[in-house]
Amino acid sequence: MADIAASRAGAMNGAAGRSSLHRLMQRKSTIAFLMALPLILVIGLLVAYPAVYSMYLATLNKSMERFVGFGNFTFLFGRETFWLVVKQSCIFAITAVIFKALIGFVVAHFVHNIPTRGQRKWRGMLLVPWVIPPAMSTLAWLWLFDPSYSAFNWILALFGMDPIPWTGNGNWARFSVILVNIWIGAPFFMIMYLAALKSVPEQLYEAAAIDGATWWQRIWYVTLPMMRNIIAITALFSLIVTFANFDIVRILTAGGPIDYTHIFATWAFRVGIESGDIPLGAAVSLFMVPILAVAAWFILRDINKRGNEA
Amino acid sequence: MAQVTLRKVVKNYDETPAVRGIDLEIADKEFIVLVGPSGCGKSTTLRMIAGLEEISDGEIAIGGDVVNDVPPKDRDIAMVFQNYALYPHMSVFENMSFGLRLKRVAKDEIRRRVDDAARILDITELLDRKPKQLSGGQRQRVAMGRAIVRDPKVFLFDEPLSNLDAKLRVQMRTEIKKVHQKVRTTTVYVTHDQVEAMTLADRVVVMNGGIIEQVGAPNDLYHTPNTKFVAGFIGSPAMNFIPCKLEEAAGALRARVSDTISFPVPASRTARYRPHAGKSSLLVGLRPEHIREEPRHLEPDQHVFEVGLEVTEPMGMETLVYFMIDGTEICGRVNPNAGAVDGGKMKLMADLANLHLIDDSTGKVL
Amino acid sequence: MTVMTADGAPAARRPQYGSMSKSRRWALRWSYFFLVLFAIFFLTPPVYMFITSLKTSAEISAATNPWWVFNPTLSNYIELLTQNQYLVFFRNSAIVSVFVVAITMVISVLAAFSLARMKFWGSATLATGVFLTYLIPDTLLFIPLFKTFAFIRDTLDIELMNHWWTLIILYPTLTVPFCTWIMIGYFASIPKELDEAALIDGATWMQTLTKIFIPVALPGIIAATIFAFTVSWAQFLYPLAFTTSTDQLVLPVGIVTTLIKGDVFNWGQIMTGALLGAAPPLIIYAFLMDYYIAGLTAGATKG
Repeated sequence: MADIAASRAGAMNGAAGRSSLHRLMQRKSTIAFLMALPLILVIGLLVAYPAVYSMYLATLNKSMERFVGFGNFTFLFGRETFWLVVKQSCIFAITAVIFKALIGFVVAHFVHNIPTRGQRKWRGMLLVPWVIPPAMSTLAWLWLFDPSYSAFNWILALFGMDPIPWTGNGNWARFSVILVNIWIGAPFFMIMYLAALKSVPEQLYEAAAIDGATWWQRIWYVTLPMMRNIIAITALFSLIVTFANFDIVRILTAGGPIDYTHIFATWAFRVGIESGDIPLGAAVSLFMVPILAVAAWFILRDINKRGNEA
Repeated sequence: MAQVTLRKVVKNYDETPAVRGIDLEIADKEFIVLVGPSGCGKSTTLRMIAGLEEISDGEIAIGGDVVNDVPPKDRDIAMVFQNYALYPHMSVFENMSFGLRLKRVAKDEIRRRVDDAARILDITELLDRKPKQLSGGQRQRVAMGRAIVRDPKVFLFDEPLSNLDAKLRVQMRTEIKKVHQKVRTTTVYVTHDQVEAMTLADRVVVMNGGIIEQVGAPNDLYHTPNTKFVAGFIGSPAMNFIPCKLEEAAGALRARVSDTISFPVPASRTARYRPHAGKSSLLVGLRPEHIREEPRHLEPDQHVFEVGLEVTEPMGMETLVYFMIDGTEICGRVNPNAGAVDGGKMKLMADLANLHLIDDSTGKVL
Repeated sequence: MTVMTADGAPAARRPQYGSMSKSRRWALRWSYFFLVLFAIFFLTPPVYMFITSLKTSAEISAATNPWWVFNPTLSNYIELLTQNQYLVFFRNSAIVSVFVVAITMVISVLAAFSLARMKFWGSATLATGVFLTYLIPDTLLFIPLFKTFAFIRDTLDIELMNHWWTLIILYPTLTVPFCTWIMIGYFASIPKELDEAALIDGATWMQTLTKIFIPVALPGIIAATIFAFTVSWAQFLYPLAFTTSTDQLVLPVGIVTTLIKGDVFNWGQIMTGALLGAAPPLIIYAFLMDYYIAGLTAGATKG
């Protein structure tokens, strides 16, 4: 008897149980959703919305009263400065990233070569450019490049060479901007590559050495393939960050001389905020999107690949 | 009273059924072991009892109360995980008392219960250490201690010994049995190792493909398996299955396994087996321990036959011999001094009182 | 040339350990040589900042050896630190950074826990979305945000421009995505059985988060906190665009815009200001270097 009563109660519980089961499930996912809500709000309001809004803004006229469609864009296409900015942004980004990667790779190798005890010390020293806020260190470079008091020119004078107009001459200004960019960014590459170098099994190198590989061949056939993913991801990350860089150019050259160092971000600032033509500024910024999107796509694909490898 | 009842319990993951409807009654204080190959649904069943998996259909009752919708912490259960699941940032004492602290139990009560559990498991000196300072066996004991402290109605063990090396496993098996004798609580234990099942269980539940093949005391499963699966799963080395034909001659049945060898069926089973004579899918089931060397005196139902040995494996206390009968590899266990040599001929004795006849098309033991 | 041993059989040729270790030693020497070169390259600007900060204006304009201080003085430091303006910048930066770090960590930890552990509809897309957001640079967003703030001022009469606390609203866009990403990585590496044990022990989701996940993932939390602080402290574009009056400026913008008065650059003070401005991140870095680096590498390696 007790059995039947129990089973009947059980059956009833079963039916009612299923709906309260739903409630239980809902509870967990609602809690989860609530926890993620602040994040969703931040991204939605402060990232997604402005991004979309900027697309709308770019289609307005200067006083933001009329809709001009692609008017701003066609206007930009006609301006010589715009094409200068496109060219410079691409050259800066690509050159800087290549050198950052090279220097980072080389330095990582050297740090990896010395005994482990000393590595921490050296690693610590070499990462300093990355730690200092870029605005501050760019000021230091500005001072080092100063037309009258450049410390570099003082050294050149010791060797009897002419002073270099680091920020005064168009091409030297470009060089300086790229140099500072490399200076700030190379340590990041070094750290990432160092971590990747450490993950290559020592035995692969030993096998290669037995097979008679020179140091260069070891790098080409063992190190680089193993590090391929990290190299790609870091380079793409850096491409995005370098491409969208603002601080360095703004402080070092403010885009000059004669717009020779303007990149998208600084020119957008000049046009949009300083000259007050917001839609035009938005249009300029938007040109970064295709390139960023392509880089982002590659990164996502690579990171997912890594995830599957692991 | 802490009996556990499963009624028509089903678990589906999306479209795939993991548990296809099992009925089980576990008595109070019973030590029951769910055993079976990977993917048979034993862990899923355990986790449904724990409340870590939702039940697709059917119901589970603990102590008479249906617990389908009751969250794990209210089911009065405790679980020991395969990977111990000790909180790495807490000391052993804190690990064991975590649940009680969440319930805001009084400090001296916590102290008392942890000390009692630690004494039972012999880990009192480890109370201040962190998990990473402990060995595998010690961690497992702490995991058990955490379960004991909760003083639950049911202990649930999810393959707790799988991560230990062979020697440690044997040691911990005995520890678990001793703990069960000291702390008499209903226990549901999941393992894929049939030796663990046989040595620890009051009753063994053999599962396969989401259903229960057979439930019974270890000895019952060993001597009277209901299906081919159970017969082959329990016992190590596994039971030999030899295809055979049932022949009748002069009122007695014989199981013919090859042109030269046929086993006489014990008279007590003639009536039971006769209806199956002529079937083409019959198997003789004979455990290796029932194929021995030729004895000096032959008992009734013992049959001698001669074979050419392929491989012998001296194990010290016995020698395993492997030979072929019509393309099937058979294993036997003989006395180490019986003169078994690789490639040599040997006379073996089949103890047919322990013969099983199996219909391979249904998988049932006849 | 073989050496005959006592029993007459030729001994084996001695292995050439000598030449291997010699090449290893040379490799080491070259490594140190280049490391020193690179160290000089990387450390020259900060060192030069320090040197300049000890110079008086007189010495600077005298154009003596720029790499050496002949009459070191602390006057630059004293002036900056007693002068109200610089301290205001410092204070603004500090308050903004602290608040942003707090907000960021709360949002990130909650969201990361939810995304890493509790699946809900759309959680996978959200996780990818978080990552994508990190790739959207501030240089893309500052113009529409500028316009939005102007719009809010005109319609709702709420002045968001030119207040340093507006930055507290803006900075999280830069810090939250990456910090969430880091935390998801750390949380995901915690074995699932730990949650289940906690569940059986009776913990609610919040208790599992606070008593188990946060303590176990503490290195990740520290790394994320350092990252959030460093990014907040170094921000230049947003404050430049959104704050204009002197008392609202944060450090990076303050130094650049006010210490450069017209055509007269007081480099001694500028360098001092820059050095002091770089100090907090550097100090944190010096003490917590390993966490700092862990934060950097977490992004790419934890995928």
